Amino acid sequence: MQTPYLLFTLLIISILAYFIGKMRSATVVEGALRELHSLPAYYGYYTALWGLIPGLFIILTWLSFEPAWLSYQTVAALPEEIQSLPSSKLNLQLNKIKNFAAGMQVAIQVDPIIAEAAERYNQLRKISRTTLTLVVLICSLAGIWLAHKKISKDYRARNVVEKIMTGLMILASTIAIFTTVGIVASVVFESLLFFRQVPFFDFLFGLEWSPQTALRADQIGSSGAFGAVPLFAGTLLISSIALIVAVPIGLMSAIYLSEFAGSKLRATAKPTLEILAGIPTVVYGFFAALTVAPFIRETGESWGWVVSSESALAAGLVMGIMIIPFVSSLSDDVINAVPQSLRDAAYALGATQAETIKQVILPAALPGIVGSILLAASRAIGETMIVVMAAGLAANLTANPLEAVTTVTVQIVTLLVGDQEFDSPKTLAAFALGLMLFVVTLALNVIALHIVRKYREQYE
Amino acid sequence: MNTVTQLKPKSVSRMKTLISKNISVKPLNLQGEMGATVGSIHADNPRITCRNVNVFYGENHAIQDINLDIGTNEVISLIGPSGCGKSTFLRCLNRMNDTVESCRVNGEIKIDNVDVYSKHMDVVPLRAQVGMVFQKPNPFPKSIYDNIAYGPKIHGLASTKAELDQIVESSLRKAGLWDEVKDRLHQPGTGLSGGQQQRLCIARTLSVEPEVILMDEPCSALDPIATAKIEQLIDELRQRYTIAIVTHSMQQAARVSQRTAYFHLGKLIEVGKTSDVFTNPLHELTQDYITGRFG
Repeated sequence: MQTPYLLFTLLIISILAYFIGKMRSATVVEGALRELHSLPAYYGYYTALWGLIPGLFIILTWLSFEPAWLSYQTVAALPEEIQSLPSSKLNLQLNKIKNFAAGMQVAIQVDPIIAEAAERYNQLRKISRTTLTLVVLICSLAGIWLAHKKISKDYRARNVVEKIMTGLMILASTIAIFTTVGIVASVVFESLLFFRQVPFFDFLFGLEWSPQTALRADQIGSSGAFGAVPLFAGTLLISSIALIVAVPIGLMSAIYLSEFAGSKLRATAKPTLEILAGIPTVVYGFFAALTVAPFIRETGESWGWVVSSESALAAGLVMGIMIIPFVSSLSDDVINAVPQSLRDAAYALGATQAETIKQVILPAALPGIVGSILLAASRAIGETMIVVMAAGLAANLTANPLEAVTTVTVQIVTLLVGDQEFDSPKTLAAFALGLMLFVVTLALNVIALHIVRKYREQYE
Repeated sequence: MNTVTQLKPKSVSRMKTLISKNISVKPLNLQGEMGATVGSIHADNPRITCRNVNVFYGENHAIQDINLDIGTNEVISLIGPSGCGKSTFLRCLNRMNDTVESCRVNGEIKIDNVDVYSKHMDVVPLRAQVGMVFQKPNPFPKSIYDNIAYGPKIHGLASTKAELDQIVESSLRKAGLWDEVKDRLHQPGTGLSGGQQQRLCIARTLSVEPEVILMDEPCSALDPIATAKIEQLIDELRQRYTIAIVTHSMQQAARVSQRTAYFHLGKLIEVGKTSDVFTNPLHELTQDYITGRFG
């Protein structure tokens, strides 16, 4: 039986088991349900879980070991001369066999040895799957039978079910954590490969970025310089412009919405502002590239300045608009979270609204506001699409917002787009850049969370 | 620069005119019929006069036709079951109800003969003149010193650091908190105990030199010892201020106030000398409440 069908059968069996368990619990106490330790549904869940979990566990384990076993068996049956090939060539042969077995005609002329092996492979696979189906169904039914036998008046089914559910929740949360750890580990590992070829300090403090490495030794002009400072500077420049736009606008709209606006206006204005966060960044990107950047260039030229058509300013402005809702929405929440009693206290002393906001509400909400700004900043640093479209690719080391600059994220994109060798410093540089980006945004997030947490303790 | 002190000399003369005017106020129907207030709504030396005060929260008629005088250097306690409008009434006196969006007030409230709800009234000097202490201690999340110094700073009451120090010390002394906090003035006010926090809030109110202090159940979150301290403080403050206190504790009303007003379902049922109200209530509802038949 195919795995999806097997899973489906297992599910059906478990649903049936639920009703069996439920009915069994009613039978044991002869209908006097109040005498049961747990509600009848818990006996149902208990039985169903006994049907489901062992089966699932066996399927998972079986499927993770099956490929290795199949390969081993297939290779063992191959002629001596193929078996003695070096492992890379042997893997190639094995792949051919697997492809042929799966019905993919890779070549017109097929080696009879391969064809034979493929047939054996398919047979072995069939045997394995049939055994799996049998084992799973037997275990599942045995589990249900055991659970059925265990059900009695005093059996604490609720406690067991709750324990299992807790376990499942722990499992779910660890999956998320392990995925993160896995991503970090792979980035770190690839970065280490990169740092073996390019010294760490050259990367961190080098002033020139030109990742084009030579394909052949006799090529010229492609020295490959991996100094990341221009990228960091570009990221910093664009993020600063974005924050200069977003922080005052976001903060002031937050103050207006939470302190001055009437409840009706707030009810419509806040969601409207949050729509900004829902616009896809690619839309922001072409808005920046096709509308804002030409506008800036024309304005600049009419004043006699030299403005490149792709400028840090255009990207920064649009990115600033994009992160306004991060600042405004979170700040609005923290300002609203300042207790009304503090406002009352200030007003009762004869403070004006402006004095109350400046000297009582904002200081009380400040940590939360700083947190929101840092979250917006980490969003700005990680933003890619807008910068790819509007800021250009030239790695200029400049503080002039009218010039084209490039950022860490943009370079990662350009390094990995297209066909690439995965062991050249050019592609590995992307991982090193990614690691740097990850470290910076992680640090910002940690600081933001720390500040927000500190703020929470303040009124207790 | 200093609206609070500007008000003071005027208020004395206004008070005198008020007293003479007050005699001509038409006596209200004080007897019998349901809805009218029994007892005497008049104080000997009134500082606050309220006539036909109505408050609406949206459609809800929260308090109805309240007439009440509050005398100078008098503690008046406002008692009554929850939701009867006594806090709402209190918050009318310094226009704290303005912060509630749906709230409407009509009628006439005069403090030192100045109409509180007139169009020209500026709430900033009004609230400096009429201080308020809330049910739950609400110190700012600042240091003890800054909590007290905040009011004088925004009203420009001190021109030098030394003057400010002086105000902080005297306010804390008046609130009976100085000895407990003088060595920790720069620690956060939120770190004090509940009773200390409430006295800190009272000191903060005193720091802007108000003439009237409104207290909205100031002891409801405090233990008996802290309550006793606050009550003693109220008694001392009476020498200098007019105090209106909302309380759910009838013993407290009896201990601290000279006059008592009993509110019921948005109406002022009975006002009188505290001793009279508690020993010889005129209205049946008052009697039921103070004898604990309901409420």
